[in-house]
Amino acid sequence: MDKEMAKYVVKRIILALITSFIIMFINFVFIKMLEPELPMMGAQAETEKARRIALGYNKPILVQFGIYIRNIVTRWDWGTSWKIDYLEPVDSLLFSRFKPTILLNVYSTILSVPIGIGLGIVAALHKNKFTDHFISTAVMIFISVPSFVYAFLLQYTVGFRLGWLPIVVYSLHDAGGWTTKAMFISMIMPTLALSFNPIAYYARFTRAELVESLTSDYMLLARTKGLSKGQATVRHALKNAMVPILPTIIATFLSVLTGSIVIERIFAVAGVGSLSIDAIRFRDYDVFVMTSMFYSVFGLTLSILVDLSYGFLDPRIRMGVR
Amino acid sequence: MSRQIDYADIQSIPDEKFKLVQTDVKIFDAAPKTRPVGYFEDALRRFVKNKASVAGAIVILIILLFVILAPFITPYKVSDFDQVYAKSRPKIKALERSGFWDGSKKMHYNERYLMYMYAIGMGASDTTGDSKVISFEAGQDNPYRAINKINGETMSGGQNYWNVTVDSYYALGFRYLTITEARFNAIREFEEQSGLQVLYPMVDREGKFGSEAGMKDANYWYRQAPNGAPLSKKGKPMGLEEMQKEGLVPNYLHDDKGELQYFVPRDKTMRDVRVLYYNYYQFMNGKEPVFYFGSDSQGFDIMARMAQGTRLSLLLAVAVSIINLTLGAIIGAVEGYYGGAIDLIIERIIDILSGMPFYVVATLFQLHLVQTGKVSTFVGLLFAFILTGWIGTAYRVRTQFYRFKKEEYILSARTLGASDARLMFKHIFPNAIGTIITSSVLVIPATILSESTLSYLGIVNFQGQAMTSLGTMMQLGQAYLSTDPHILFFPAIIISLLMISFNLFGNGLRDAFNPSLRGADE
Repeated sequence: MDKEMAKYVVKRIILALITSFIIMFINFVFIKMLEPELPMMGAQAETEKARRIALGYNKPILVQFGIYIRNIVTRWDWGTSWKIDYLEPVDSLLFSRFKPTILLNVYSTILSVPIGIGLGIVAALHKNKFTDHFISTAVMIFISVPSFVYAFLLQYTVGFRLGWLPIVVYSLHDAGGWTTKAMFISMIMPTLALSFNPIAYYARFTRAELVESLTSDYMLLARTKGLSKGQATVRHALKNAMVPILPTIIATFLSVLTGSIVIERIFAVAGVGSLSIDAIRFRDYDVFVMTSMFYSVFGLTLSILVDLSYGFLDPRIRMGVR
Repeated sequence: MSRQIDYADIQSIPDEKFKLVQTDVKIFDAAPKTRPVGYFEDALRRFVKNKASVAGAIVILIILLFVILAPFITPYKVSDFDQVYAKSRPKIKALERSGFWDGSKKMHYNERYLMYMYAIGMGASDTTGDSKVISFEAGQDNPYRAINKINGETMSGGQNYWNVTVDSYYALGFRYLTITEARFNAIREFEEQSGLQVLYPMVDREGKFGSEAGMKDANYWYRQAPNGAPLSKKGKPMGLEEMQKEGLVPNYLHDDKGELQYFVPRDKTMRDVRVLYYNYYQFMNGKEPVFYFGSDSQGFDIMARMAQGTRLSLLLAVAVSIINLTLGAIIGAVEGYYGGAIDLIIERIIDILSGMPFYVVATLFQLHLVQTGKVSTFVGLLFAFILTGWIGTAYRVRTQFYRFKKEEYILSARTLGASDARLMFKHIFPNAIGTIITSSVLVIPATILSESTLSYLGIVNFQGQAMTSLGTMMQLGQAYLSTDPHILFFPAIIISLLMISFNLFGNGLRDAFNPSLRGADE
């Protein structure tokens, strides 16, 4: 990594930090501006009230934000949940919900990347023939139909009618662990439901990239110097077409992550998505700020990674040089 | 065959034989006879060639037609609902009992419950209440019979089960209702005018042939043992075969003089009656209960609600598309044209806005503006879409401006004294129009998807008697996925169709307006 590159990375990280700080401020202020809710009854409500006064909930919002930041900086204290999981620190709450979400998304990525790229390659090699038209039409349909429709169809046919797979994902307690066989089997349907869109997306992207490389001049040169069609395709066209795909995988991972909020809800996965929905429903302030920060920071990090990966993969692109 | 030309002959033609044509007319370049093809016409021509996009456009038109015409086709209003006919299956009256779109559902009954269902048609056939025994055959011919068809028998756990197709509308059978005397008389009048029988004899529920289940369930009109098995005339419990042979014995309520009772007074004004609900519904609503797309879990008509939800989605999407493109174009133009500090500031604002997940933005708008009653749900959601939606267009327009603002024709226009606004919107902006039109169409499916996702998750709440959205319908239908899938599948189908057709249409437009992008991604 040369000096300019390092400078560029540092600049991006600092900018991202400032951006996330502002986003945190906005989230915090807007959620605190709402009327505080106390739906609990009796003694518990009294305790909660006393706890909130001790935490400074009756002070001006800006002062509260100061306290919030101070706690994070000095004690890594992101606050506690008061409704979803009473008095549980939100960072450990988020962490406990983090595993199923990431697991689902990783499964989906592992499934969709090879299938999608494979289909895209097949379509590009048979350009304008029946195979290509068939794949392209299917891709168009699969890219358009929302993931929750797949989820419903799978639940109804595979889960309910055929009874092959459990209709919802097992709870951690029932399955005995996140990586047990039972858990894996119950995660097949949500993984599939999450994967159809990215598969179609990768196929379309790969086809477009590969078609472009296959018609470029260096392919003609490769054939002229005596390479067979297969050799030229694998060694030159495919290699070049793959360059923009890695950044795309990273970017798609983010969209799958936010898309999985719905899937988590449908399949009753106790993940970050359902946690953030619950945080809104119950106005669990600290959980709300934490979960939305999770998505923001994840997004900002991935966007830096996407930009950097271009630089790593393609020597023609040099970061930070104008 | 070519003729040999003798060159010498031509040479020897005398001069006077030549004559000059057009000595008095000047010849100019002729104006082209063909019609000029403009940018849009050219695009249209390319678009029409793309069959998939045309198909998409046609599907969009059909959906639009559906949205407009559905309120006239379905006899129900969006706000109409009947709890009793909740979860009814899709039915077209003309196809009744045909096996297709006939409001039927497949059920799985044991022997006693099968007899119970048979009894609905048999009970409805007894119009006078005089019969001592009602034969099985009378129920088979009755138009109000619940059972369409027996599909077969299965054994499980030592018991016989029957796979039965029942009409979900007639299967309700009889109901006990408490009505006023005035309404009772009105029903009597209705019965005479229409020839439909609504009121059926009350059942002797407390007598020795009544049962626990029969206290509330008006379909137990026949003599039965305490365990619910029907009793024959001789008082012997019957199985299905005996029942088919011997029929059922009514257990109607008679007064001391032996007169058949059609009501039991509850207090001074109210009367308990037993009605055939299908006909009672006609008395109440003036029409037969027929839901073309079925009814949902609360008894709303799915067709009417679906049309309303689709209309809401489309309206929102079109509004979002127009507003965001205008906004995005202006911001992008200013950003790209002036550059420098303005560009930098707007870019940072974009960083922050696009860093916030959309569901958070939508939530905050809902919590602050909608739940406090300042604006409607629709407007709250529109605000959320506007806050972040212009970013994509602004980015594209900005790129175009960066590309074109240094061109020489801009320089010359500036030298001639054109104002900034004129340069921006007259000279540079038209370059970006193709991309803007394209993205305006592609914004629509994206907005529909976001809206339905948010309302499905319950972040945006469109649930109301006169209003719904496709996402809300799916949210409510999900609990009944296994038992009544039609509640969920109709909205799911239309949303898939919308997405597919708008994407096809949008991609076609993109290729048409920008042929160099053909097949490329974004």
